[in-house]
Amino acid sequence: MPDATGLELLAGELGDATLETVYFRERAMLVVDPAQIRAVLQTLRTKGYAFMASLHGVDHYPEEPRLGVVYELLDMSRVDRITVKARVPLDAPQIESVTEDWPTANHQEREVYDMFGVVFEGHPDLRRILMPEDYEGHPQRRDFPLGGEPVIFTRDEAKWLEHRE
Amino acid sequence: MNPGDGPSLSAYRRQEESIVLAPVEEQLRSDSDEATHELLTLNFGPHHPATHGVLRLLVTLQGEVVRDIKPIVGYVHTGIEKTAEDKAYWKVIPVVERMDYLSYYFNAMAFCGAVETLVEVEVPKRGQYLRVIHLELNRIASHLIWLGTSALDLGAISIFLYCLREREMILDLFEMSSGQRMHTRYFQVGGVIEDIPSGFAKKLREFLKVMPERADEYGAILNSNEIVLQRLRGTCPLDAETLLSLGVTGPLLRAAGNPWDLRKADPYSSYEDFKFKIPVGTVGDNYDRFAVRLAEIYESVRIIEQALDGLPEGPFITEDRKVALPPRHELATSMEALIHHFKLVTEGFRVPPGEAYYPIESPRGELACYVRSDGSSKPARVHMRDPSFVNLQALGPMTTGSYIADMIATTAMLDPILGGIDR
Repeated sequence: MPDATGLELLAGELGDATLETVYFRERAMLVVDPAQIRAVLQTLRTKGYAFMASLHGVDHYPEEPRLGVVYELLDMSRVDRITVKARVPLDAPQIESVTEDWPTANHQEREVYDMFGVVFEGHPDLRRILMPEDYEGHPQRRDFPLGGEPVIFTRDEAKWLEHRE
Repeated sequence: MNPGDGPSLSAYRRQEESIVLAPVEEQLRSDSDEATHELLTLNFGPHHPATHGVLRLLVTLQGEVVRDIKPIVGYVHTGIEKTAEDKAYWKVIPVVERMDYLSYYFNAMAFCGAVETLVEVEVPKRGQYLRVIHLELNRIASHLIWLGTSALDLGAISIFLYCLREREMILDLFEMSSGQRMHTRYFQVGGVIEDIPSGFAKKLREFLKVMPERADEYGAILNSNEIVLQRLRGTCPLDAETLLSLGVTGPLLRAAGNPWDLRKADPYSSYEDFKFKIPVGTVGDNYDRFAVRLAEIYESVRIIEQALDGLPEGPFITEDRKVALPPRHELATSMEALIHHFKLVTEGFRVPPGEAYYPIESPRGELACYVRSDGSSKPARVHMRDPSFVNLQALGPMTTGSYIADMIATTAMLDPILGGIDR
């Protein structure tokens, strides 16, 4: 793990792309400007963090910018991990896709889009992956209610369709 | 007289004899033929015994050769990550266990590890060793199911029954230690729920004695089976570089020659105390994937032996009453224990705000749990980086340009668990 000093040095090298550094429980995290996310990740890649272990979303409800995309990078030769987070506001949830650099991001970006509604610009095939294609809403957002999903049974299908009209 | 031009032959027979049985690659090589070979889109699954779950593959075929493959998942999506946000931390454990239903101990371990990082609770040595024993038993059980179902896909039926026979022994052991055969909820934040009962060690040693012999038998059966070898050797290889760019870890990556194993590289739960080898392959074809997993069974047995021999005395769960339930007998005598018990069972414990990412080596690769806490007794976000979900992306690059029959073998060697993919 880069220690707290190493993290600050790294943040200094990245310049104004870094918004915040968090060193918590011996884990280093960089919060970066979403507009420069691809450049930041490419820079980190040249520093050895070449393996993208994970890409996932997080919702900071009710703080803005609400939606976060978390990139877990790993340097396999030094066994060193760093977390990069980019936060985008709910009304403009666009961020550049990194699928071209890391093909592993393909399905994971689709999952983040599906669950949080973050739009990855330049993604080759940005569709829902886990939820049905005609599903409305992004269920992992914190303000999305739990439960209450209508289930249509064959015996009352006609009633449902009537109800819809 | 040629057999083809006799008037006695039926129209069907004549048509049958006109089929050229040249290798498909040769037919594809000539450009003139390319135009006449139309592409066929085949919907494979979601309910198909060879997809190892509810996996749907949209396969584009040219003749018998796979040209493109698109996995479609989500059929068993149950919103576990969403459900976890509505439960107290300790109640999340049984929920996450149901993600990858063959490696439930690993799911629980990743989640407990992430929460322990956030709460900064130390797991006692005995608890760590007991965890290792159960994790490695679970790894063997998972590999046995993989071996059995994969052999089933390749046409070997009896091996599936043999594998289930040994898995049964493991499930009996799980039942002894936790009362459940699957989804045991044995791991707790801070340790394990109970110490192993008397007789467990004896039964475990019986299993450890039997398992390597049985694994020898599996190897002997499959390695001398010409059909299995022909279907595995040299089919659908993928180099380590591509696998890394696709995020693939675990036995698939090790089969390609990269000895990356988190148990060695970044030890957790006292894995640094044990001596074991990391089996690696050479070319990364289906045979290597098979051989690496089979060899891992022996290594897991070695780890369990060492953990059982060196099992330290002491508590099996942390003494920190703020996160772990007090022992039952204390409730009758200690008011403080009763309060702690009441507080833990009703509200649960609160976790300092922050984020943690806890990776472990599951039977399928890097399984990690990301937990974000907002300071309350319920997690604000639980995400499982499931290796099956990430590894599935490698199916396309592995199988493109190979025969459809090899795709079946590759899907089996990929070992996807749909419960883990869809969560």
